[in-house]
Amino acid sequence: MKIARSLSILGLVCLTSAANAAEKLTVYSYRQAFLIDPILENFTKETGVDVEVVFSKKGIAERMVREGRLSPADIVLTSDFSRLMELVDKNLVVPASSEVLNNNIPAKFRSPDDSWYSLTMRVRNVYSSKERLGKLAIDYEDLADPKYMGKICTRSGKHPYNISLVASMIAHHGEAETRSWLEGVKANLARKPQGNDRAQVKAVKEGLCDIAIGNSYYLGKMLQDPKQVPWAESVEINFPNQANRGSHINVSGMALAKYAPNKENAIKLMEYLSGDEAQKAYAEVNYEYPINADVNPSELVASWGGFKADSLPIFKLAEYHKAAVKLLDQVKFDL
Amino acid sequence: MILGLSRSWSVSGYLIAAIITLPLIAIIAQALVPDEAVFSHLLETVLPTYIANTLLLMFWVCLGSLLIAIPAAWLVAKCNFPGRNIFQWALLLPLAMPAYVVAYVYTDLLDYAGPLQKLLRELFVWQSPQDYYFPEVRSLGGASLMLALVLFPYIYLLARTTFMEQSSSLQHASRVMGCGPWRSFWRLSLPMARPALAVGVALVAMETAADFATVSYFAVPTLTTAVYDTWLEYGSLSAAAKLSAIMLLVVFSMIGFERFARRKQQLFQKQTGVNQDERYLLKGGNAYLASGYCWLLLFFSFLLPFMILFHYAWGYFEQSWSSEFWEYSLNSLYISAIVSVIAVFIGVLLMFIRRISPRKSDLLPSRLSSTGYALPGTVLAIGILVPLTYLDFAVNDLYEYLGYRGPGLIFTGSVFVLIFAFCIRFSAIAIGSVESSYKRISPSLDMAAITMGLKPKALLCRVHLPLLRKGIFAGLLLVFIECMKELPAALLLRPVGFENLATYVYQFVSDEQLEHGALAAIVIVLVGLVPLIYLNRSLEQES
Repeated sequence: MKIARSLSILGLVCLTSAANAAEKLTVYSYRQAFLIDPILENFTKETGVDVEVVFSKKGIAERMVREGRLSPADIVLTSDFSRLMELVDKNLVVPASSEVLNNNIPAKFRSPDDSWYSLTMRVRNVYSSKERLGKLAIDYEDLADPKYMGKICTRSGKHPYNISLVASMIAHHGEAETRSWLEGVKANLARKPQGNDRAQVKAVKEGLCDIAIGNSYYLGKMLQDPKQVPWAESVEINFPNQANRGSHINVSGMALAKYAPNKENAIKLMEYLSGDEAQKAYAEVNYEYPINADVNPSELVASWGGFKADSLPIFKLAEYHKAAVKLLDQVKFDL
Repeated sequence: MILGLSRSWSVSGYLIAAIITLPLIAIIAQALVPDEAVFSHLLETVLPTYIANTLLLMFWVCLGSLLIAIPAAWLVAKCNFPGRNIFQWALLLPLAMPAYVVAYVYTDLLDYAGPLQKLLRELFVWQSPQDYYFPEVRSLGGASLMLALVLFPYIYLLARTTFMEQSSSLQHASRVMGCGPWRSFWRLSLPMARPALAVGVALVAMETAADFATVSYFAVPTLTTAVYDTWLEYGSLSAAAKLSAIMLLVVFSMIGFERFARRKQQLFQKQTGVNQDERYLLKGGNAYLASGYCWLLLFFSFLLPFMILFHYAWGYFEQSWSSEFWEYSLNSLYISAIVSVIAVFIGVLLMFIRRISPRKSDLLPSRLSSTGYALPGTVLAIGILVPLTYLDFAVNDLYEYLGYRGPGLIFTGSVFVLIFAFCIRFSAIAIGSVESSYKRISPSLDMAAITMGLKPKALLCRVHLPLLRKGIFAGLLLVFIECMKELPAALLLRPVGFENLATYVYQFVSDEQLEHGALAAIVIVLVGLVPLIYLNRSLEQES
């Protein structure tokens, strides 16, 4: 009798904890939590489902491998495309298969088998010094032109954003040509690759270099920080390759964890993130280009003008990711 | 000792030692697992550079720290000059600064866009970086300098103590034989201080090997960052464990070196200190030089970075004074508090067993338990996650076997894993602190107590604990500040959604906007200052 009673109490405890868990989602995020917190708060308000975000710059895939079937992760958010691919490669995600997602997100921005989805789009821009170069009609290929000797600043070549750019170069030009391009760019660098994208714009402001490679939304974000406004105001934003194939774009994205404890709610959140309200927030707060065609970019972003995007489907980049890393090592880009 | 100590004491000692050495064993075991050629790929490509960088970094940091610390220690110990009383404690302050914060501040100051180079450009009408040469801050040399600036106090402290303890009769003899201050320094003080310096160098080298944030901020790949990247980017735990094993080899050879040095130190220990009147009284130019040197050192290693940090925090106060700031501060505080209590408990227990046990073999637990400190944070993280993940799965399997829903990742997915890691890493500090306190309690006290019929527990509680108060307090403080500062282990082990001050500050450093995290960094520094000042005071009272 006693045993039966304690067992039933234990069962009850387990049940209630299970019920609690159903109302809570865990998001593993390569993106900083403060970017998405306001969006998630709205989701909680609407649905009553709590969302907890774990931010980590590195190692989320590794963590999920280790946690295996016990992983608490429901959704993974990534800040670029290669991280999405890593999750797929390691067999950590499952297709979400949702009508809503398919309607909100254009086909070229999601996996053919629904295992990952893009959320926002960003351009790999070339920033130029207002004072010394002015607005440029520039191609990525021009970055290897000797006329820019000692004038270019960039972050580490091995950062996912740059690896993606190199992968797109391989896709368009092949490995051999991309290698000599990389050698040319390296020869033009004003300093060893270091810092993040903002630090490159800062270096332009200080006169260390005339050209910085950086993502589009950083310009908007720098304009929000009083200390960084002068940096942002010292550069022009240029969309490369407008006369030919268009600018390289990367995406931030999401995927449903294979062992998600709450798949149903997780898909609800994914749908919410692709919906008008969340997409608008992404656009307004983070100055990214919304993936949902019904939502417009923020006023500031729109003021930079329209642009032509590289039509290469985003998942094509995955094929060249490894080759890109190898090339960067071969030319010792960061050393 | 004649006291019969029951088996259960020794067993608990061995149990603690076993738990503390678990990560070490796990790393060795994991290193033996094949790793799909990741390690051989690393060996062929980048590993030689990593190892060379690690060794070079250790060499330069040690050399730099010695060069900075010895003159300061000698001046403070052997001379009288204006400000000496301040420097005696103030030169310890840099220990409270996390190295990566200092690195960030100096990068801001010294790189191309920084105020110094800007000023130079304006003065000399240089236009671009091609017009002049300025050393690159973000380099191996820069990292060495930054680390030396925050680690030199270890050597300073040890050297100062030895210089003070050096027998005054020897000093007199050297004076009688016509040695001036310089000759007596080179021929007497320095050679006699060698053992203590070796201990300091070993400590500095170990801290350097464990540094993660500074070198990763400066993009100088070392074994520590390689362990991190191999694990997280290549996704190979075994390759990371192999790297860890290499690293342990380096660290343990440092410890061997230290032990070897300390063996000799015994010879010098029983000597009396210097009296006030035996210090050289520096006058005029010499006094200014001595004072100026110490001021410069204090300025660059502590005052300047701290003022800049304060300036950042002031400018970004609104953004920094957030609910997160409070939450993370509390996280840091409560984890550090729990860990320091556990570590000191372990320290007292192990040293008590060692003191009163009649069995020689009972020395082993306290020795083994001191090895935890040798594991750099990244290496420790791997060593802990491997066994605890097994444990997690075992628990869940058991639940499911019994027909229940498993409790999830109760060990690796909660703060348990952090507390566990910190206890393993920092118990050595508590053990050392209690040990040195025990040395001052005469064994005859124990005998008297036993004669009066006290049982071991009563002996510990009623005799030892009150007498160990100081050592216990020092242990608590030291472990506490180490927990506040420890970054790599926290970064790798923190559970879902958990941040503490160190990870919070590091996040801003790696994003190149420490301004937003400056307030949190100041808290780390201030919390670290309290124990430093306290410890220094109690050290001075002894001498």
